[in-house]
Amino acid sequence: MSEKISLPIAANQSGPGQQSAPRTRAQGGDVMSEIEAEVKGQKVFLYMKGTPDFPQCGFSARVVQILQHLGAEFGSSDILVDPEKRDAVKVYGKWPTIPQLYIDGELVGGCDITTEMFQSGELQTLLGASK
Amino acid sequence: MITAEEIRAKLLEAFPHARVQVVDTTGTFDHFDAVVVEESFRTLSRVRQHQAVYEALGDAFRDRIHALALKTMAP
Repeated sequence: MSEKISLPIAANQSGPGQQSAPRTRAQGGDVMSEIEAEVKGQKVFLYMKGTPDFPQCGFSARVVQILQHLGAEFGSSDILVDPEKRDAVKVYGKWPTIPQLYIDGELVGGCDITTEMFQSGELQTLLGASK
Repeated sequence: MITAEEIRAKLLEAFPHARVQVVDTTGTFDHFDAVVVEESFRTLSRVRQHQAVYEALGDAFRDRIHALALKTMAP
C-alpha cells in the first residue's frame, strides 16, 4: 500500500496556463467556479426554482417532470435560496431565465427548448449518449 | 421600460439583414414577443440562437425587459 496521500488542494496548484479545477464555495472557490463544478460534475444538472419534490415555478416543474418521465438522474440547485447563484447562473449560461438545464456540461436551454427537444426525441438522444 | 421599436433597433444593429418583429404584448413596455429570422442562425442550435439574441440586447434585457417570448429561426 502506498503511503502517499493526495490532498484536494493539490489539484489547485496548477502551473501557468493551466486552469485550476472548479471548486464549490465550500471548497474555497467562487460562485462561478461552483457552477462549473456542478454542471461538469454530473451528466445532468438543473438550476431551478424550488426542489424536484417541491418546485416553486411551473416552468421548473415541467422540466423536472420531463426528466423524471425519462428516468434521468439529475442534480439540481434551488436558486431561490441562493441570490448570489441566481445572478451568477444567468451570466454563466448567457441565459436570462430559470430553469436552466445542463447536459454534459452544456446548456440545453430553459423550459421551452427542453419541452421541444423532448417532443422531437432530441432530449432522449442527449440523455442516452454517453459522455 | 423600453419600447418595442427600441428592441427592434437593437436587434437590427446586431443582425442587420434579419427580419425582426417585436410586439409589446401587454402595452406596459416590459413584456414582449419577438421573432428574429436570421441567416446566420442556420448553423446554430436553438440555445445558441437565443443566446445570440440575448447578447445583442445586453443590459437592456436584464434591466428593462421583464419577459421576452422569443422565436428564432433561419429563413
